Amino acid sequence: MLGLKRRNYVVLIAMVLIMSLLAVGCGGSQDQNAGQDAADSDVIKIGVFEPLTGVNAAGGQMTLEGIELAKEMYPEILGKKVEIVTVDNKSEKQEAANAVERLITQEKVNLIIGSYGSSLAMAGGPIAKREGTPVIGCSPTNPAVTLDNDFYFRVCFIDPFQGTVMSNYATETLGAKTAAIIQDVQQDYSVGLSNYFEKAFKATNGDAAIVAKLNYNTGDKDFSAQLTEVKSKNPDVIFAPGNFLECGILVAKARELGINVPILGGDTWEAEEFLNQVVDYQDIYFSTHFTAEEPVTEVSTTFLEAFAQKYPNKEVNAFAALGFDTYILAKDAIERANSADPQAIRDALAATSGFEGATGIITLDANGDATKTAVIKKVENGQFVYEAKVDPK
Amino acid sequence: MSPDIFLQNVANSITLGSLYALIAIGYTMVYGIIRLINFAHADLLMVAAYIAFYGMLVFTLPWYISFAIAIVLTTLLGVTIERVAYRPLRSAPRISVLISAIGVSFLLQNLGIVALGARPKPFPRPDDLVWNIQLGNVSFLSLTILIPVVTIILLLMVTFMVKKTKMGIAMRAVSRDFETSSLMAVNVNKVIGATFAVGSALAAIGGIMWSMQYPQVDPLMGLFPGLKCFIAAVMGGIGSIPGAMIGGFILGICEVMLVAFMPELSGYRDAFAFVVLILILLFRPGGILGENVVEKV
Repeated sequence: MLGLKRRNYVVLIAMVLIMSLLAVGCGGSQDQNAGQDAADSDVIKIGVFEPLTGVNAAGGQMTLEGIELAKEMYPEILGKKVEIVTVDNKSEKQEAANAVERLITQEKVNLIIGSYGSSLAMAGGPIAKREGTPVIGCSPTNPAVTLDNDFYFRVCFIDPFQGTVMSNYATETLGAKTAAIIQDVQQDYSVGLSNYFEKAFKATNGDAAIVAKLNYNTGDKDFSAQLTEVKSKNPDVIFAPGNFLECGILVAKARELGINVPILGGDTWEAEEFLNQVVDYQDIYFSTHFTAEEPVTEVSTTFLEAFAQKYPNKEVNAFAALGFDTYILAKDAIERANSADPQAIRDALAATSGFEGATGIITLDANGDATKTAVIKKVENGQFVYEAKVDPK
Repeated sequence: MSPDIFLQNVANSITLGSLYALIAIGYTMVYGIIRLINFAHADLLMVAAYIAFYGMLVFTLPWYISFAIAIVLTTLLGVTIERVAYRPLRSAPRISVLISAIGVSFLLQNLGIVALGARPKPFPRPDDLVWNIQLGNVSFLSLTILIPVVTIILLLMVTFMVKKTKMGIAMRAVSRDFETSSLMAVNVNKVIGATFAVGSALAAIGGIMWSMQYPQVDPLMGLFPGLKCFIAAVMGGIGSIPGAMIGGFILGICEVMLVAFMPELSGYRDAFAFVVLILILLFRPGGILGENVVEKV
């Protein structure tokens, strides 16, 4: 081969590779209003950081659908056009921090929405706090997300409540006396929720009631060893909160290994990816934020109708409902503040009380957390089926 | 630990170990010939899984036709990658080819995300191949038997090809010295192309087996097996085909037995895999069968 020709090849390959990296690296970037003050602009910019690729992709995409639906219904706030700037945090903590940094310093957004995944939310939180931009979380349920952060709020319940709900359900409805826990040690959500479940379950059933506690890492595919250990302890129920990807394989594997006891999880299980893996099985229960069977407010009905119209082929889900609520709460706060200034929006958000959302009445406490009703769903005949509703005490 | 729980763990180890071994053979084969760690190997595995997935679900082909198409197309893709991304760099420093391989890997992953979507899809398990086997208290999938059998057949086939065929002799010559072999009328480009064809076919079979065992396909699905099987290949002595198989089984057995005997350490599985790797390399720097330099593929 001639030297020149070879060099051409090299240049070509290098260009293709660089372009592929650019195409990925720049996804979601918009033209900037550099130097323009966020509050005085004639558009209101809402930044969204959600996992649109990677292990949490489904959660981020469902949430984004809800946000986009709400934006379509209410495209203007205070007479100004709303612009949504979406940044994919790729299900990675570092990317989540970068995304928030970019939304604030480059895109100059007035407010941020996100992120699915407590670990991702916690990675972005401190930056928003430092820069003084308010963030509303849709579904991060770990208490640490809003703790010591005056700028982080959320429209969902938190894990101490969710863990207790599942523990009570296991004890009272399923009649369990012993439980095994399998957690993802890389996810704050999974570890946190497991601990709250453990605490509540031990409080009702004694310290010996948790017969096994096993770990895995995000991205693992093989759970046969952990499940074999659980099988040897023969618990009444298994609690395995975690990402829908890993848990789908984990739950299916448990059934293949002949473990037929009920398996319980948290709100992340409400994803098609999870259901696809476990369609053939039953006795699978999880808590979530919303159900189409029991619309709680008038806004729920509005949301359900709008969702069915915009996404006729999709199942309505809690994450879309929470995404919807985050947007309309943001709109409400900006209107109450009568300003797009981030500090003013923060103060209005902190004062949120009795706000009617699709997932229930939202009142934010001193930490910026909502106290809401939990819904328990189960897998039956290859579908998610509404099982029960648990009100906060 | 009761006997049936122990047997269950043995079954788990065999399943995991033989999957690692199957994919590690592809890594080691390419490395043995051209001293390139083909980072795109794990992504070829993903491509094969997707082709088989679409063949069965979208085109509703029988599983054996889908699998055959997946293997053929992945082989073609592997050869094309070698032609476009590695061959022009043949006389460049080795590090350039390595970077090119990493680039191809990213390219495939990101093309996958753009073209196929980032959300994982459920891989259909053909009923003819996958069923549950229950022996007393021990239950496992038919794959626990199928995968080791496939791995051993492929191992024998690759070994036969390398040792006995003309192409294999040429491969071994090329693996020693590109230039001298081309002086001896060996068509180096053709031989390396053939190596990539075989390596890619192995990746395709590995990808299909992997997706049947863990029935989920997504554009980044190659990352985890890629990392683990690379470790397995290095453990066994990269470049040595039986070594890759031994490395795969050792890794699988260690991972499962760590959790079985020390459940409280179950979160440290990956760390443990690396500890085993370091220990093996401390005592045998070339890997378990790596010392056998002369006999390399």
